[in-house]
Amino acid sequence: MSDKDHLTLNIDGQKITAKRGQTLMQACDAAGVYIPRLCDSEGLEPQGSCRVCSVKLNGRVVAACTQPVVANAHIESETEEINRYRKDLVSMLFHEGNHLCPICEASGRCELQAMAYRLGISQAAPHPYLEPVRPVDASHPDIALDNNRCILCGRCIRASRDVDGKHVFEYIGRGIHKRIGVNADCLAETDASIDDHAMSLEVCPVGCIIRKREGFFAPVGERLYDTEVIGRDIETQQPHHHSLHKIEVKQIDPADFPPFNKDDNGDTV
Amino acid sequence: MEHQKVIQQICADLGNDPKRMMDILWTVQDRLGCIAPASMGLIADLTHTQRVVVEGVVSFYAFFHQEVQGQNVIYLCEDIIDQHAGFNALKETVESCLGIQPGQMTKDGLFSFYLAPSIGMCDQAPAALINQTPVTKLTPTLLKRIINNLRKGKPVAATIPKLGDGNNSHPLIQSMVQNNVRKQGEVLLSGHQNDEGLSKALSLSPAEVIDYVLKADLKGRGGAGYRSAEKWKIAADTPAKSRFLICNADEGEPGTFKDRLLLTERAHQLIEGMTIAAYAIEATQGILYLRAEYRYLQPYLESVLSERRQKALLGENISDTDFDFDIRIQLGAGAYICGEESALISSCEGKRGEPTTKPPFPAVYGYLGLPTIVNNVETFCNLPPILAKGSDWFRSIGTEKSKGTKLLSVCGDCDRPGIYELPMGIKLSEVLSSCGALNTEAVQVGGASGVLIGRSDFDRQLCFEDLPTAGAIMIFNSQRNILKIVNYFMHFFIEESCGYCTPCRVGNVFLKERLDKIMNGLGEPADLEYLRNLSATVRETSRCGLGHTSPNPILSSMENFPLVYAALLKEHPSGEQAGFNIQKALDESRIIAKRRSLIYDPDFSSGEGRGNQE
Amino acid sequence: MSKRKVRIATTSLAGCFGCHMSLLDIDERIVDLMAIAEFDRSPLNDKKTFTRRCDIGLVEGGCCNEDNVHVLKEFRKNCDVLVAVGQCAIMGGLPVMRNAIMHSEDPLRECLDEAYTTSKVLNPSKQIPNDPALPLILDKVYTCAQVVKIDYQIPGCPPSGDTLWAALTALIKNEEPTLDYALIKFD
Repeated sequence: MSDKDHLTLNIDGQKITAKRGQTLMQACDAAGVYIPRLCDSEGLEPQGSCRVCSVKLNGRVVAACTQPVVANAHIESETEEINRYRKDLVSMLFHEGNHLCPICEASGRCELQAMAYRLGISQAAPHPYLEPVRPVDASHPDIALDNNRCILCGRCIRASRDVDGKHVFEYIGRGIHKRIGVNADCLAETDASIDDHAMSLEVCPVGCIIRKREGFFAPVGERLYDTEVIGRDIETQQPHHHSLHKIEVKQIDPADFPPFNKDDNGDTV
Repeated sequence: MEHQKVIQQICADLGNDPKRMMDILWTVQDRLGCIAPASMGLIADLTHTQRVVVEGVVSFYAFFHQEVQGQNVIYLCEDIIDQHAGFNALKETVESCLGIQPGQMTKDGLFSFYLAPSIGMCDQAPAALINQTPVTKLTPTLLKRIINNLRKGKPVAATIPKLGDGNNSHPLIQSMVQNNVRKQGEVLLSGHQNDEGLSKALSLSPAEVIDYVLKADLKGRGGAGYRSAEKWKIAADTPAKSRFLICNADEGEPGTFKDRLLLTERAHQLIEGMTIAAYAIEATQGILYLRAEYRYLQPYLESVLSERRQKALLGENISDTDFDFDIRIQLGAGAYICGEESALISSCEGKRGEPTTKPPFPAVYGYLGLPTIVNNVETFCNLPPILAKGSDWFRSIGTEKSKGTKLLSVCGDCDRPGIYELPMGIKLSEVLSSCGALNTEAVQVGGASGVLIGRSDFDRQLCFEDLPTAGAIMIFNSQRNILKIVNYFMHFFIEESCGYCTPCRVGNVFLKERLDKIMNGLGEPADLEYLRNLSATVRETSRCGLGHTSPNPILSSMENFPLVYAALLKEHPSGEQAGFNIQKALDESRIIAKRRSLIYDPDFSSGEGRGNQE
Repeated sequence: MSKRKVRIATTSLAGCFGCHMSLLDIDERIVDLMAIAEFDRSPLNDKKTFTRRCDIGLVEGGCCNEDNVHVLKEFRKNCDVLVAVGQCAIMGGLPVMRNAIMHSEDPLRECLDEAYTTSKVLNPSKQIPNDPALPLILDKVYTCAQVVKIDYQIPGCPPSGDTLWAALTALIKNEEPTLDYALIKFD
């Protein structure tokens, strides 16, 4: 369907209809095609900084969250090349900060972690760990900030500025030293409140913004991404269901096993 | 209290306008020595913004400081050309004379010392900015003398040997910088500055001027090669209550200094060009965005603007027409990324100099939301001769797809570094022979973001269809270490990445880390594959030109100098990581435990070694 | 030519033995495993040295001290395929937290002081343990891959019995231990 208000997009061979003025991401979301993303979050102005939503639009790599739909769009998303970039970007974020999943309260509902799961990152990325030493701000009575886990998505900045009308956060510094600053010497001296949208669980995708006294509210197995793939809500157009359901594990019958193919001297048979 | 009044006055003078944040911050720092957290809070209140927003701006730019600086501030240029010309000796001189490292201030508060990535003096390296005055062809002796005289309260100007040629000796410039013009071509450097081009333009309609320049086929001199007048047409066709024009004089690419010459010797031609372009797109206001490293030119440029206002060549009713156009100078504050047009616009708006999301492009939605044209200094300087001498004349110079001449900033290992104005399409080998480059091993064409090419490519042509360049030609002879050059460029990109997007912020750090590993003799063949793959991610997924081009030095050197890499790589069949050093890892522990290793100190562990206790 | 069983060695470096415990969570499948595999050096059978070259080495934990490094290098030397098992081996795990809390010029001393002298943790003697038999602690925690080449990793804290089973059976079949979505966990 192409008319004054609508366009047809081709994404990985699938034809979807988009409204003019939408971004690629909005059009795909509405059609139930999920494009991985971290810095983009529903209700916040897209900024295209994490680059995880990179897709190829007519041969050129663009960020789906900020790219407006265009006529005759041929979009490649779930290709080997694009997924290689996405894995690389997600791995970069893991190696840039200190992401110690076993001790992190957000583990299990963390979007960075869930994205790694979705992209099938089970083997090591050959990047170094930067092991930054960034300050932890626990000054606020209800909120703590562990910047070591921050991935600079800026969702808290936009939520505080555009939804709460407060501007508690802003980017400071540049390059690899860029980080999120607060609008005072510490968070306790700002007008941040635990009731701010910026402090809600859906805004910080990782475990940087910590709501004090609420930690580990869901047991392992019942956390958001324990059983659900990130993005499934968009793919099925159904909200996430937090229900506990056991992971099906393929059992292997030893009878199916080929004999080990080395002889007693270690030579391959 | 005193400080408070000073800041209130400064903000009031600039209308308490957050869009003038750059000027507010410069003035506060000039007056108070730094922009302290308390000052940021006050500035935020006065300009109705937030402290963290002001902090975001202050912390973005290299020349803004939150901690008190010394009365005298030394910025030593650390780019690769300066390193080859004696930077290390100068750094040691400062460190031994003052007893401080880069980033520090002397205890007596007399001196602060910093490194600057590239200050646009590569043709007269090594160079420094001392109290914002450029000092070139610097020797340890001269540097010591300057430091000693500063201690006695004598300004830098009193110590420099002699003033430079041309306008460098102008009372408002008074600098020792040399123009080093080696070749004057027929378009930019030989013409007279007589405003003939502007008169011609004003005799045409704005649309006719655009057609005229379109016909000349002038392409932007910033390197991207977009046809200037096409961009103008987009802005002119965008309905708006007014339009805006910006001149990008933020040449931050290491190895380029051509804008320095044009700003010094062709300021009238530049402003004339801006005025012609403003007329074409019907803009009434413009900005000349001057890089902070060229702040020493600001008073002179201001005088050129007022002179032109007096002659009715700028301001209201230019040349008795109803065309109004005026220009203000916006000083940058040390950020290479502001050479990117949308980042430059952000900076002009008083924000962090980060590129904006495109589309919309600046020609449609730019400065303060107005359709905005950003062109390079050299591009604007081309306009007066084009208008005066005609499109056909301009098209007769250059190649099929690259018309006119190009200003080349030539530096490095050659006898005659400086500015060469040569027709587009000139072979690199001709440039090398005219500048007296002997025994050339490699040439970096286009600055840090360009490519490093070897002898087999010296016959290539400098033009948009072959080797496009914003004009930087850095020459390296066979004595130079190729990997050290590449490593410097990666260091530069890490310093200058704005950090907005993941691949550029993080990827460049990882690229340099792997290069360091190779340079330390710890590289393995697999590291080349790593560099290639990571470069692809950075190049393809970065948000702006910085990340699109930052892997270029690595990729082009790997392609053109494969043996340099191969010589350093070896397999480690033991399966142990070459980068891990157990002795280093134990050093501190030995000291704390006051004993040696049972396993790794050889005289302790004969044979099996284990359990062999004292 | 007679077929032989695949030889597996395991060790726990700076880990908590949780990954080894998790290996026992393969439950009755261990009977199937023992039909095709045998353990050489491993705490599971208390063999403290390699008796012969092994096909697969499973390493739990990262490197905190010189002994960890020594053992890891032994494993690299004696195993065809070396696998980092669990988050400590992969990225340092809990022990690696000390890399991020050491800010001073003398980070190791700061770390030891924090642990034994200045902290509120009960240590009446305020002594930093320094028996000559104790291996020297490293300046920071290293992941296994920072010390030797690691061929594969099995993520998790610990990896579940099912994850270990899936990875191990793939390795025994000489396949890459790629894991299904449900088996990739970093905690």
